[in-house]
Amino acid sequence: MPVHKEDRILLAHGGGGRLSRDLIDAEIVSRFGDGPLKGLPDGATLPISSDHMVFTTDSFVVQPIEFPGGNIGDLAVHGTVNDIAVCGGVPRWLSLGLILEEGLPLDLLRRVLDSLKAAADACDVTVATGDTKVVAAGQCDGLFINTAGVGEKLETFQLSPANLQPGDRILVSGPVGDHGFAVLAARESIHIQNGPQSDSAPVHRLVQAALPQAADVRFMRDPTRGGLASVLNEMVEDAPIGISLKEEHIPVSPGAHAVSELLGLDPLHVASEGRLLMVCSATSAPDILTAWQALPEGQQAIEIGEVTSEAGRVVLQTLMGGRRLVDVPRGELLPRIC
Amino acid sequence: MKYIDGFRNPGAADALRDDIASLAEKLPQSGQPGMTDLLGEPASTTGVPACPSEHRDTKVRTTNIMEVCGSHTMAIARYGIRDLLPANVNLISGPGCPVCVTDTGYIDAAIELARRGLLIVTFGDMLNVPGSETSLAAARSEGLDIETSYSPTHALELAREHPDREIVFLAIGFETTVAPTMALLEEARREGIQNLTMLIAFKLVPPALQALMTDPDLHIDAFLCPAHVSAIIGADAYAPFTGEDGVPCVIAGFEPLDILLGLKGVLEQLVNGKACVENQYGRVVRQQGNQKAQDIMARFLKPADVAWRGIGVIPKSGLVLREKYAEFDAEKRHAITIPIGEIDPACRCGDVIKGIAGPFDCPMFGTVCTPSDPVGPCMVSSEGSCAAYYKYSR
Repeated sequence: MPVHKEDRILLAHGGGGRLSRDLIDAEIVSRFGDGPLKGLPDGATLPISSDHMVFTTDSFVVQPIEFPGGNIGDLAVHGTVNDIAVCGGVPRWLSLGLILEEGLPLDLLRRVLDSLKAAADACDVTVATGDTKVVAAGQCDGLFINTAGVGEKLETFQLSPANLQPGDRILVSGPVGDHGFAVLAARESIHIQNGPQSDSAPVHRLVQAALPQAADVRFMRDPTRGGLASVLNEMVEDAPIGISLKEEHIPVSPGAHAVSELLGLDPLHVASEGRLLMVCSATSAPDILTAWQALPEGQQAIEIGEVTSEAGRVVLQTLMGGRRLVDVPRGELLPRIC
Repeated sequence: MKYIDGFRNPGAADALRDDIASLAEKLPQSGQPGMTDLLGEPASTTGVPACPSEHRDTKVRTTNIMEVCGSHTMAIARYGIRDLLPANVNLISGPGCPVCVTDTGYIDAAIELARRGLLIVTFGDMLNVPGSETSLAAARSEGLDIETSYSPTHALELAREHPDREIVFLAIGFETTVAPTMALLEEARREGIQNLTMLIAFKLVPPALQALMTDPDLHIDAFLCPAHVSAIIGADAYAPFTGEDGVPCVIAGFEPLDILLGLKGVLEQLVNGKACVENQYGRVVRQQGNQKAQDIMARFLKPADVAWRGIGVIPKSGLVLREKYAEFDAEKRHAITIPIGEIDPACRCGDVIKGIAGPFDCPMFGTVCTPSDPVGPCMVSSEGSCAAYYKYSR
């Protein structure tokens, strides 16, 4: 059903009148209107079966809006689902806040919402409430999305970086940096055959696959902005422990490797949007890896290092046999990649 | 990538490490006293660039090899190559990062042009280089039009797309970036583009080496010469720094095995009492260099005395546009002069780069001058000596 003959977002789409209502009906209710959104109440009333819930929010401003391997829509689902998952939660509900720029092609909005819907279905989460605003041309960059998420806490996980002990193992569920490199290559018009594809994907099934070893899982994160380097440095900051990584074990896909060489960027500094980083006891690591590798999203899961007693330091054993500090990236490496 | 991976073979690295270790045992006991880092460990075991002065371990005498090029510095850090070297072999990071040695005066001029409403196009890593008052990144946050780009061609594209805007490309770099940037001017002239100029701060490697060689304070036993720059200027360009009064000059590629091979070449020369130019990067570097690039350079540009951050003005160490290309010269077209930046008298980067002072000798280190708010080039570069020491001392 055409919303407007111009097929672009107009300021009037945000005015609260007929055009607003048409847009919401055609694009939002048609996709998400079956659940708590039905009838468009001001808020959603949700059943929760756990003692605790996990609550998070994230905003998405990625440019370009569509990139190899995904778009801002599925990213907005995966980002929030993953934040819940690494807190030991089962993702259940999402809110959807859209900020649309006047002039945004409706086709693009539809593609984004289709991806968002497909990703939510695949993650078994429901868009329960939402909001849509339109701003004048120049006041945002096409389309911004905010999603907040609610999940049910899996009580068996007791997660904190304070749990880390020397000898614990560092696991990663697949190659790192693909999302950041894919977005960067798209933004800079770097055309490489078999170039990087975003790894945007949910990690909650990986978290649940580790449930039998939950007592041995110390901490989890998804290495988004700032990459592995930032997440690992945050874990050891002001802590009596450090981390030692083996470069030869850190998985980097060929496409990401090519872009990293071309632009001189360290894959350890670049974001993934569908990878899980877990610290667990040495004894539980093989079982967790086996469980992950049985899932399509965990086929390339691998142990990349261990916790040391070298306080506050993340050290990399390089391919050449040397050691170097892994520092957090400084300043803007990839502006607005998520 | 297969091609690159061939130069990262761990087995070959082990063999080279053994060769370097046995050569190092035969080194003459000369050069500067050795150093320990701030943790009291031998400097080479921690990845921190060693610096003399207070952290001396008088028991060990070291051989000082300066890697001139910033890309070598980055690769040495990235692969932990210091860690592979014997305690008596010390790598000093030279002034070879064109971004880090960009003078404050140049940044000030670029910001001034942005304030006049011009659209500035720059390589991204220039953003955080401080001017006398602020950086391009801070200026951009004030709303000035400053765009980053991975390639100078982006400036030409912007000039085509926005005929109503004046575009200024911040043309910096060593010999490597000059020819492609100048080729752009040729294209702009052919297309009759009127709204593109360049603020030029090209720098030349050999005059900087000359300045370092003749510095009486400096004790460098050998140069590890740059890969890409050498591809342009040729191996012969280093001949003046060798011979009787000179030191070994070994050209090495940027892959880890290239660097180890280059260091092995340096040590072989030192052990045998030689000082000649050795080209370990023969797959790219020719004796006379790239004549075509040299011709382009000579056609568009002429040598000039320019300022290096932390070091000061080095004679004939830069390039400026010739008169006949004045239409593309941002200084002339927009009536601005790149001032020579004041060297903060407290900043000791010049001495740190030369290896005659350590970061801790600088009163600003870690207080006024930090990685997020750097003053001198050793802190501007993430792998600069001061930035590396800061990382460890936290």
